[in-house]
Amino acid sequence: MTEWLHPLGYALIAAGTGFFVAGNLGLIRFPDLYARLHALTKADNLGLGLICLGLACQAPSLAAAAKFLLVWALMLVASSIGATLIASTALACGLRPRQQRPGSMEDDEREDTP
Amino acid sequence: MFHAAIAALLLLNLGVALWRLRRGPTSADRMLAAELVSASAIAVLLLLAAGLAQPALVDVALLVALLAAVATANFVTRTWTLLHEESGSREEAGRD
Amino acid sequence: MSALALAFDLLLVAALLWLAWQALFDAHRFSAVAHFMVFGLVMSLAWVRLDALDIALAEAAIGAGVTGALLLAALGRLPAKAGHAPAWRRAQRPLVWAAVATVVSATLALAWVAWQLPRPGLAGPVAEVLPHSGVDHAVTAVLLNLRAWDTLLEITVMLAAVCLVWSLGPALSPYAPATALPGLPALTRLLHPLFVLVPAYLLWRGSHAPGGAFPAGAVLGAGGVLMVLAGAVHWVHDARRQPLLRLLLAAGVLLFLAVGLAGLGLAGTFLALPDALAGPLILAVEVAAALSIALMLMAFYLYGEPGR
Repeated sequence: MTEWLHPLGYALIAAGTGFFVAGNLGLIRFPDLYARLHALTKADNLGLGLICLGLACQAPSLAAAAKFLLVWALMLVASSIGATLIASTALACGLRPRQQRPGSMEDDEREDTP
Repeated sequence: MFHAAIAALLLLNLGVALWRLRRGPTSADRMLAAELVSASAIAVLLLLAAGLAQPALVDVALLVALLAAVATANFVTRTWTLLHEESGSREEAGRD
Repeated sequence: MSALALAFDLLLVAALLWLAWQALFDAHRFSAVAHFMVFGLVMSLAWVRLDALDIALAEAAIGAGVTGALLLAALGRLPAKAGHAPAWRRAQRPLVWAAVATVVSATLALAWVAWQLPRPGLAGPVAEVLPHSGVDHAVTAVLLNLRAWDTLLEITVMLAAVCLVWSLGPALSPYAPATALPGLPALTRLLHPLFVLVPAYLLWRGSHAPGGAFPAGAVLGAGGVLMVLAGAVHWVHDARRQPLLRLLLAAGVLLFLAVGLAGLGLAGTFLALPDALAGPLILAVEVAAALSIALMLMAFYLYGEPGR
């Protein structure tokens, strides 16, 4: 009954790797800290999540699958809160988000000073 | 085989983090690079755990995930106070 | 598969060498610390490749996690001008190269010695006495029964280090973070159950699989450090709680010593555990040692003696 889970797992792992590579590309190419923060905490975490999900699909037991998902949940909590910590501290330290560059994504990322 | 190949690919991706770690330009960028290495190391460990059928590796990944959070918290509360004082010319977000 | 494994290992070695070089010689101090933390993570991957999962656990917890946290906190203590290390003076160059040459030749000599070691090593004798050691995992048996002496000395060294740090003066109050961080208490609250659960799990696993007191203590200590960062640990500074704090700090060493002396009385050898009691005794010592290690790591973090 669960044979279809294995190919699904492979597909999810491959997709997760794609997101990982995309996130790393963002970490190289994005122009400022705030944009790079998005690349890391969103794309890379989604990649990690898909890899965890794929591995959970292939796990031998339900407990092992739950453990894979636990690692993902942990990383999700840590990195989402960590992103707000780093971003708000960066703003308070006087790092201004890069603006006034037409056509670039990070123009919309204006955050209010806390 | 598939898992090991993906793990090697992710390890190759580590080069990106090392580049960002060397380059900066701000300390927060270096911290991001360290976080990226944490995430990649977790993915590599999980993939190896499945590929080599060694469930104990998941524990190592769990530890890495837990301690990544502590590193970030430390960085923002204890280290950046120093950087706040010397911010200005050197710590500019927009400078790639 | 073997070509893939070779590529994986070569990547690991290259990354390790680069990170070690940067951690030692990067003039920007924060960059050096970040390189050191990443070095710990990659090192734990290398231990995994070497099939030493216990050391991988310890490296991930202590090397990358707790030592990185301590270095970050120490960096925050340095004056603002100290962000950059001074460049090498001309007169220092020969010394640096002499040091590098010494390290390289010592590494080569050590590699040669390690290559000459008898194989397959001591795994056979350990496996022979494993049924009498009280646990099912060879590493735990070696650390807490066969070579318990080494572990006792390690914990004693840590206790001595705490005494040394505390003798430097009263605990320093932390600098305020650059801005209000409401996420920090939330992070602590969400993660803290795991910071208690995972050490318990590692301790329980230690008897039959990789785990044990040192990684468990390090994770528990890291959770404590997170609570210190969120400002949630006031009792450490309370004058009335100081005896309890000191007792808990010394609990691992004291229980270990008591067990060792009991072994001296019962079996005639210091630290000899009777077969029937070995399992529970090892567990008790591990729990006490993990608690002490966790508190010691938190104690390092206070930069001085609390309650003074």
